[in-house]
Amino acid sequence: MTAQNSAPRMALMLLSLGLAAVLLGTVAGSQGLQAWWAAGNDGVSRQIILDIRLPRSLGAWLGGALLGLAGAVAQGLFRNPLADPYLLGSASGASLGVGIYLSLFGGGAWALSSWLGLGLTGAAFLGAVLAVLLTLLLARGVQQTLRLLLAGVVVGVVLGAVTSLISLLQPQVLQAMQGFMLGSTAFVSWLACFTLSMVLALCMALAWVFARVLDALSLGEATAQSLGVPLYWARLVLVGVISLATGAAVAHIGLVAFVGLAAPHLVRSLVRCTYAWRLFLSALMGGAMLLLADVMARVLFAPQELPVGVLTAVLGGGYLLWRVYRDADTGSGVRGRA
Amino acid sequence: MAERWRALRQALTWLGLVVFGLLQPAQAITVLDDRQQKVQITHAPQRIVSLLPSLTETVCALSQCYKLVGLDRFSNWPDSVKSVPRVGGGLDPNIESIVALKPDLVLAAGSTRGADRLQALGLTVLRLEPRNHADAQRVWRTVAQALHVPAVDSERVWQGIEAGVQAAVQSLSTAARQQRVYFEVSPTPYGASESSFMGETLTRMGVTNILPASMGPFPQVNPEWVVQAQPDVIMAGNSSRASMLQRPGWGRLRAMQGQRLCVFKQDESDMLVRAGPRMAEGAKLMAQCLNRAAAQADTPAGQETRGALR
Repeated sequence: MTAQNSAPRMALMLLSLGLAAVLLGTVAGSQGLQAWWAAGNDGVSRQIILDIRLPRSLGAWLGGALLGLAGAVAQGLFRNPLADPYLLGSASGASLGVGIYLSLFGGGAWALSSWLGLGLTGAAFLGAVLAVLLTLLLARGVQQTLRLLLAGVVVGVVLGAVTSLISLLQPQVLQAMQGFMLGSTAFVSWLACFTLSMVLALCMALAWVFARVLDALSLGEATAQSLGVPLYWARLVLVGVISLATGAAVAHIGLVAFVGLAAPHLVRSLVRCTYAWRLFLSALMGGAMLLLADVMARVLFAPQELPVGVLTAVLGGGYLLWRVYRDADTGSGVRGRA
Repeated sequence: MAERWRALRQALTWLGLVVFGLLQPAQAITVLDDRQQKVQITHAPQRIVSLLPSLTETVCALSQCYKLVGLDRFSNWPDSVKSVPRVGGGLDPNIESIVALKPDLVLAAGSTRGADRLQALGLTVLRLEPRNHADAQRVWRTVAQALHVPAVDSERVWQGIEAGVQAAVQSLSTAARQQRVYFEVSPTPYGASESSFMGETLTRMGVTNILPASMGPFPQVNPEWVVQAQPDVIMAGNSSRASMLQRPGWGRLRAMQGQRLCVFKQDESDMLVRAGPRMAEGAKLMAQCLNRAAAQADTPAGQETRGALR
């Protein structure tokens, strides 16, 4: 295949794709190009481009990059191509956070909520991070990959059930929860972009430090151990990276499906490289994917808008299925490269 | 001594400023939103976006309908708003479309991220979410104030609405008043308890709701509970009708056997569930249903079924 693609060239391509998509993102929206023509002398049009379209496009890219990075880390850490960033329970934790927040403050206790200074975003982030901590607690640490995965599944199911219970007892939160679960970049502000980029920089740096451990892990756990890499610390930090990255992304853009799973896969199929590059490329890929999906979501039914999560689920699912069939046909399976 | 003079002078200056402020002709109005936060509205809004049907209806009932420039996709009353541009739903408002409309007031429900974002973009956002009778009146007054509608006018219209509800309450026959009611909001089934908006209307009519307030406004109901409670009248939306007959034991419900079942069409349901200015019409619908049911129970057929069950 195209394994001869070199990583730096790939990075350059993805970066320029992302940049082009951000520019495209400033064009797409319910007001269409009209906003551009009028931007010269109309404050509102300028505001639409600079304060609405630009931050939400950047936010979509950053969120996608965080999910792509988390997905690549998860797939490396668990040595499983099916691993996705929500594996440790962060998705259900975020939903539960939002559910609790809405049921507590949706009824009218608004004064308290503003006093706490915690918005929906904060609740989702807190829920995601706490869920991962719970998973770690149940798995009694990070040392046993299998136990960690199982604990993640358990936490996901149990927290999901609690969320369902809340929405059953307080059906009025159901609709608002639904909106959150489908994912949307519509409400991303410059402040959110700043937060997301800080988190991305931090997570990328941390993941990069331990990229060599992921390389070693791809040879098998026993081999990694015998190579003398700091496995314990690497696991701890990398789980932290997954949790922080997904938590931040989910809090700002909701539960966007498949980007975290598909982006690392796509990178793996396009270029062969060490994890240091793969993490970086997966982030770039995730960003470009989500942003393009977001632009499509804005344009397809304009002036109406689709929740971007719906689109990524359909596109990502379709892509994955296509890959599985193609690999089955050519005989080179996904597992050959993991 | 000099210090005391300075203090006095300062006090006088402040007094002067306050008096001057009060004399300003186009005064800014400050209203409280649902989060108990002050929202300042500097002049009478001319371009209003409403993201909640009950708020849309409130604006229109205050005769300010022509000022609406954008609405959520669920606002459908009165007919004149059907041509107003749509800007998404209450939970997924299209931020860009709303900003492009250049509204000077956005009316939104309390708990939406969209409202936060619109406020951050510099729009005046008033968050109100009426859920019960008391809310309805408070929201009515707040919106009227925000729209700079003279209190005399808005209170007069409100008195009319109140009188309508009262008339509906008084139209009930004694027999109708003594019935026990189950109000179903969705076929899952969720019911409306005493603490819901419709439940409060029913309470004002003096009828008994089989779902007590302690269950929360819209509890999910075990179908068995309803069979055991044996309501005299069942009120439900159109979507519930088909599934009701299939629920085990429901065929033996007196209300079902005696046809004391009121199925409301979608537009009627809207009227019943929205805590807004159409509450008098909603109350009238319920009163008609209750009277009809009571009359049905009096007919020989109704008594026969009741007798047979005993």
